[in-house]
Amino acid sequence: MAQQAVTEYHAEVHDTTYNTSTGLSNRKLLMWAFLGSDVMFFGSFIATYLVYRNRSLVGPYPENIVDVPITTISTFVLLMSSLAMVLALHYVREGSKNPGRFWIFMTAALGLVFIGFQVFEFWTFVNEGLTPRTNLFGTTFFILTGFHGAHVTIGVLWLLILLFGHFKGTLRSDNSLDLEIAGLYWHFVDIVWIVIFTVIYLVTANDGAPPGAPPFLHG
Amino acid sequence: MTTTTLTIPRIFDRPRSASGIWSWIGTVDHKRIGTLYGITAFLWFLVGGIEALLIRTQLATADSTLIDPDTFNQLFTMHGTTMVFLVVMPLSASFFNWFVPLQIGARDVAFPRLNALSFWLFLFGGLLLNVGWFTGDSPSGGWFGYAPNSGITFNTGSGMTFWAIGLSVLGVASIAAGLNFVVTIFNMRAPGMTMFKLPVFTWMTLITSILLVLAIPVIGVALIQIGSDRLYGTNFYNSLGGGDPVLWQHMFWLFGHPEVYILILPAMGIVSEIIPTFSRKPLFGYPFVIFSGISIAFLGWFVWSHHMFTVGLGPAATSAFAISTMAIAIPTGVKILNWMATMVRGSIQINTPMLFAISFIAMFTIGGLSGVMHAAAPSDAQQQDTYFVVAHFHYVLFGGSLMGIFSGIYYWWPKMTGWMLNDKIGIVMWFFTLLGFNLQFAPLHWLGLDGMPRRIFTYSSDQGWESLNAIASVGGYIIALAILIFLFNIWYSRRNKVMAGNDPWNARTLEWSIPSPPPHFNFAEIPQVQYRDDFWYQKYPEQHEEGHVHAIAPSGAQDDDDMMFDPETGAAPSGGAEDGHHDDHGGHGIHLPDMSYYPIMLAAGITLGMGGLMAGNWVIVLGGVIGMWGLIGWSLEPVNDPAPDVEH
Repeated sequence: MAQQAVTEYHAEVHDTTYNTSTGLSNRKLLMWAFLGSDVMFFGSFIATYLVYRNRSLVGPYPENIVDVPITTISTFVLLMSSLAMVLALHYVREGSKNPGRFWIFMTAALGLVFIGFQVFEFWTFVNEGLTPRTNLFGTTFFILTGFHGAHVTIGVLWLLILLFGHFKGTLRSDNSLDLEIAGLYWHFVDIVWIVIFTVIYLVTANDGAPPGAPPFLHG
Repeated sequence: MTTTTLTIPRIFDRPRSASGIWSWIGTVDHKRIGTLYGITAFLWFLVGGIEALLIRTQLATADSTLIDPDTFNQLFTMHGTTMVFLVVMPLSASFFNWFVPLQIGARDVAFPRLNALSFWLFLFGGLLLNVGWFTGDSPSGGWFGYAPNSGITFNTGSGMTFWAIGLSVLGVASIAAGLNFVVTIFNMRAPGMTMFKLPVFTWMTLITSILLVLAIPVIGVALIQIGSDRLYGTNFYNSLGGGDPVLWQHMFWLFGHPEVYILILPAMGIVSEIIPTFSRKPLFGYPFVIFSGISIAFLGWFVWSHHMFTVGLGPAATSAFAISTMAIAIPTGVKILNWMATMVRGSIQINTPMLFAISFIAMFTIGGLSGVMHAAAPSDAQQQDTYFVVAHFHYVLFGGSLMGIFSGIYYWWPKMTGWMLNDKIGIVMWFFTLLGFNLQFAPLHWLGLDGMPRRIFTYSSDQGWESLNAIASVGGYIIALAILIFLFNIWYSRRNKVMAGNDPWNARTLEWSIPSPPPHFNFAEIPQVQYRDDFWYQKYPEQHEEGHVHAIAPSGAQDDDDMMFDPETGAAPSGGAEDGHHDDHGGHGIHLPDMSYYPIMLAAGITLGMGGLMAGNWVIVLGGVIGMWGLIGWSLEPVNDPAPDVEH
């Protein structure tokens, strides 16, 4: 038998129940608990963003700079990557080699496209005069979306390692749990983006200069 | 099926030595990691204690010039930070590591390497936090790091940046440990051990772990915010950029109040083991103790603003938090009642662990009562920032947490080492601890109500605070004496060993059913659990009302022949892991996980990467390389290397 490379302690097989007290795999439970922890992490950043809404002392303000249509496209791309993830897990579980490989690749690729959009957006914002130091909007926007982008990047690296493992034969239908756990993480990061998109790009995108603050004049 | 083994080239062989320093560096054994936590935290306890003694020496007399104001700020900041993050939390973690697997009948935690990672991150994070003692610029913004005072504008040195970085590393360690114990307790229980047959200490560990997993990210975000303000000039808490100091207080205390329960719940679990053992009765109202713990953890999320009654949040918020704070006293009171009712009509045995446990109840109750006084917002407005608050939280954290922890040390020492701590010396230590503690902290109530503010480096002689301060300082030195007696006790008891046997206390839980110290594999056979306090009813089946228990020989019959260890050296039996496994009940594996260097590598990488934010970019790169090497090596390394004679 091949070594089950990343299996912790208990030998685990592709089955619905595991030899644990709850019948759940240790690693899956770990991931769920970690996601609970990550909810508090992103929740704190999103709360900070909302607390500081309309409190920038100088521009640019969201209405001057936020591009809703283009981020809608990148959001769609990220949502489609979740669909790709579901298909990848389906085919890997089923043991269909090429579709499995294709959809793992597609998940990672769509994630990369999303990152590309984000890099473009950051670059545009900096060129238009918004950096993390400019005002409270810049500070809270860049740190929140930046940490989300870091999560996506980690997910992409993870998927690429799994893809490599699929070629090497260490990711198979009998240990598709490896992919399922990465999938939990991936879907979670997607859901967090839905919240961030709603908050930044739908709710606050039209915020202008708060009372008393000078309007932003494009330089 | 194709058999492919992915490996990366190893610079070092996988560690195998069973003794010597490398056996500790590569260890993934929960007992050894528990020992490492305990020793490291105790050393930090001495450091934090010396800081406290310096503070008390400075405050012993009026108009003292022994310590300048800036050093004084550094001392109280590092005393608080050290005692919370480097002493009480890891001492609790030491007990989690040692006794959760033993109490639930498991051979290790769910993720042994992750467990090792937690320890190394804790060690390195603690070092980062204390870098300032060598650069001459320690953190000085208080353990609460209130912004903007902790921001770069008002606190220009490197101290608070190291504080933010060090605490972030410690936070990762805590989250990893919390996740590990959540999974361990849910998933690794012996057959038959349902959740409501779990020992109370394990229950409190579970609740604490859930709090860790959920509360630490909040302080993590706050630290990232203040850190990026200090390092990169962002505006989170920069008042010139519109940053709001009240947000910091919300973030800090939203973490900080659950943190209080992270500090006290493990001690509550410890005394919930000890009081039934030495009262010869089952814990009174087990479900009430469990559900009280759960309610405390839940309500703990809705009380944070009682730290902020003087901020000016308005009457509605203040009233709501006053009420929730009073409400949280109820489950706490329920627990105190349960411990006392456990002792009522028990045949109480008085010894060091029991005395510490009883002192825990008494001192914690005093601290709890002054806590309820703070819940009344108008009264709290008078007490805010005075020594009354200092008195309160030392009664719960020292009188509560540390008394409980010392109780646990005396109780579990024989299980951990195989030999007893001397009880007479222990009682002397207990006496001086209790005496010194009360001399030290009781006068602070009066000083605080008389208006003596916290965090001042001196006071003038016309305030009339001298005698009470002098008494408090004497108390501090008596506590130090007690700690010296404790160290003497370890030395003395080690020289005059009284071997413990399996079950020296005639105790109730599974850890006492195996040799002391436990063999590497813990349980030769995974126990089958029938009842709560199962080991007790195995010994005394006639005491169980249902009376269906299969008896085993009482503990007295288990003599030294049972010990699989050389009691002198504590050396593990050779090949014990393989020899000892006759079964694979419930999937608790036959093979124990092999040792690994990757956890310490990953921890070093993370620490260097974080420290590099201060030290320079090349350190970040170095940390990144080491960390990635550790991470990739870890994920490709099988938990167990194939034995040499097995065909693959």
